[in-house]
Amino acid sequence: MSQNMRPPTLKITPEEYKDLSTKLTPKPTVLKNCIWAFFVGGLICAIGQVIINLFVAGGLNQTQASTAATALLIFLGALLTGLGVYDEIGKYAGAGSIVPVTGFANSIVSPALEFKREGYVMGVGARLFTVAGPVLVYGIATSIVVGIIYYFLH
Amino acid sequence: MDLKRVGNQTVVFSSPPVILASYSVVGPMEGRGPLGKTFDKVWQDNINGEKSWELAESKLLQEAMQGAVEQAGIPLSQVDYMLAGDLLNQIISSNFAARKLALPFIGLYGACSTMALGMAVGSMLIDGGFASHVLVGVSSHHDSAERQYRLPTEQGGQRSLSAQWTVTGAGSVLLGQSGTGPRITAATLGRVLDYGETDVGNMGAAMAPAVADTLLNHFQDLQRQPEDYSLIASGDLGMVGADLTREVMLRSGMSLGSEYTDCGLMIYDKSQDVHAGASGCGCSAVVFAGDIMQRLTAGSLKRVLLVGSGALHSPTSSLQGESVPGIGHAVVIEG
Repeated sequence: MSQNMRPPTLKITPEEYKDLSTKLTPKPTVLKNCIWAFFVGGLICAIGQVIINLFVAGGLNQTQASTAATALLIFLGALLTGLGVYDEIGKYAGAGSIVPVTGFANSIVSPALEFKREGYVMGVGARLFTVAGPVLVYGIATSIVVGIIYYFLH
Repeated sequence: MDLKRVGNQTVVFSSPPVILASYSVVGPMEGRGPLGKTFDKVWQDNINGEKSWELAESKLLQEAMQGAVEQAGIPLSQVDYMLAGDLLNQIISSNFAARKLALPFIGLYGACSTMALGMAVGSMLIDGGFASHVLVGVSSHHDSAERQYRLPTEQGGQRSLSAQWTVTGAGSVLLGQSGTGPRITAATLGRVLDYGETDVGNMGAAMAPAVADTLLNHFQDLQRQPEDYSLIASGDLGMVGADLTREVMLRSGMSLGSEYTDCGLMIYDKSQDVHAGASGCGCSAVVFAGDIMQRLTAGSLKRVLLVGSGALHSPTSSLQGESVPGIGHAVVIEG
């Protein structure tokens, strides 16, 4: 056998490979995902509305009832994350369980659970916002910009 | 001394090392899969009483490596080198397992190709006359990989359909200069190839060209055909990567028949909903140490080509927009 026989090299260019790879990679099931997100997201909001109505019936005014219901939903999202259920819901619901406030609770509690083993300072403290951080940063930044525009328009 | 190197990338061992024993330890989900009965040990849960996922993974590896030595029935003191690797930063699972085993240790990193890499390097050590017994083992853990490469384990998001599920498991083989068992007759070490895949949710596509390249060179170096093997198993290309490998090979002038499969397609069944299949160092390691070794020993497989596949990126390189380089290492095992 000869010592140096190079090539064989693959008879495909990176461009051809990219096309082939796109063809063979399964596409996301967008319609199915949307339906799941619509119903689960809707269900979470409906539960929120029921809680608000119950608080109003219990004597709170509308603003107080909304705040209390939000707090209760955050608690439920955190609880379900701790019990290991929320990620199972998220697998099917996608944006339907990420966008509501329960999803925000999940995005804070899951790093807290995950990084507790690195301690309360460098673990929980430093990495609590690894998932929610971008939402907070750009949410707050956007609100500042909107606030400035509002100030000059009025 | 005759050079044992043949062709572009292959070595042929003059006294092929023997696989004296193999041992596999897996998590509960792998235990419920189609290969469940082929594993030596199945954990009841993913953490097994350890303090962290990382320590649990190290324990998996330690149990697998000790299991292989015990099964071979030789004292630990007769093992000359321990070769191990895993996916965690600075390969801590291996380092910590090595701390327990207290053997001369060579840490390896070939991402998910490390089992095949370890078997190749271990065989070189033995055939080169540097060792009489070499212990090779690798591990991966679903949860330790998730937290390092992706998101906290309890975060509720959706995985893409091309994504694969990191195997919780460790596999180990004990190689010896002499004895009875299947023999490692040749190895083809791969080149790093990058065809520009940047999607970390599609590792199969990132690794397939490197695996195909190693296969092509292997067949040319030894002047063999795919039909010369009773089984050609890639490490963890998954559904997408295995299809791509077949297609790329075909376009390069070689067709893989029914003897070709991927270890990532063997561990879980459809109902386990892992999307494109299994991945991780443990994937090819537990399939080889369990199912393939049993079939080699039983004689139903004559000559096997195991091609470990690795994605050589890091979370940092991916965030900085770099594509994912791939590698494939092949070892020939004959029953």
